[in-house]
Amino acid sequence: MIRNQMRLEFLSCSENVGLARVAVAAFASGVDFNLSDLEEIKVAVSEAVSNAMIHGYEGATTGTVRLSASLSNEDIEIVVEDDGKGIPDVEQAMLPGTGSDPERLGLGFVFMKSFMDEVDVRTEVGKGTRVKLLKSLPGNGNADKFVKN
Amino acid sequence: MGYEIRKEGNILIVKVYGEFDLHAADYARRDIDSQIRAQGVKHLLFDLGSLTFIDSSGLGVILGRYRKVSESGGRAAISGTPPNIKKVMEISGLNRLMPFFVDRASAMLELG
Repeated sequence: MIRNQMRLEFLSCSENVGLARVAVAAFASGVDFNLSDLEEIKVAVSEAVSNAMIHGYEGATTGTVRLSASLSNEDIEIVVEDDGKGIPDVEQAMLPGTGSDPERLGLGFVFMKSFMDEVDVRTEVGKGTRVKLLKSLPGNGNADKFVKN
Repeated sequence: MGYEIRKEGNILIVKVYGEFDLHAADYARRDIDSQIRAQGVKHLLFDLGSLTFIDSSGLGVILGRYRKVSESGGRAAISGTPPNIKKVMEISGLNRLMPFFVDRASAMLELG
């Protein structure tokens, strides 16, 4: 059962990476994730949104990035979507250090997988990419840990 | 995100504040490269004691600068990693490439 939900849509300008992670961290702080969990969620969101901007839109600042998050009694689910060029080979993209740019570590998906319990990527070349990130609530998501504002 | 860049002897010290992400990466990369050239330094020290967030874009800037100074025969180091970014640093593997020091003084001693 969904207890809370948020949606945010923004242009693919790099200054919005911070907006995205802070928005999700504030949303996730409604349950008792500890500071370390929140830091990990922030890194994962930052990587997913940065990927949309760098790879999906290839640095163009006019693309649209859609971010949503929903909180259930069990977990937080975060979805980052773009309408960019898509990923031709997802398995390859998920391997560390596979990028061609020497300035990039190629660790975006590695961080997402390290810090979240589930990472699901749906992509279509020429149409865009949807990344779903899931993290279980502390103590496997007890309903009484939800804090209503 | 902000940073201070200054030269001490043969070392360029880059003190980074706040959040080091994609937005900060492009201009940080330009500024640091420009200062390495202008100051004619050999070694580079990233002082991360006041950093509050870093992701792979920020780490990529550090890695790229490490490669640049290494190619010129210099060394790069990191000091003052805050506890909340240690896990990111470990996963990145940067600690296997560059020495990490608890504080700037220890790093300066080693690089100098």
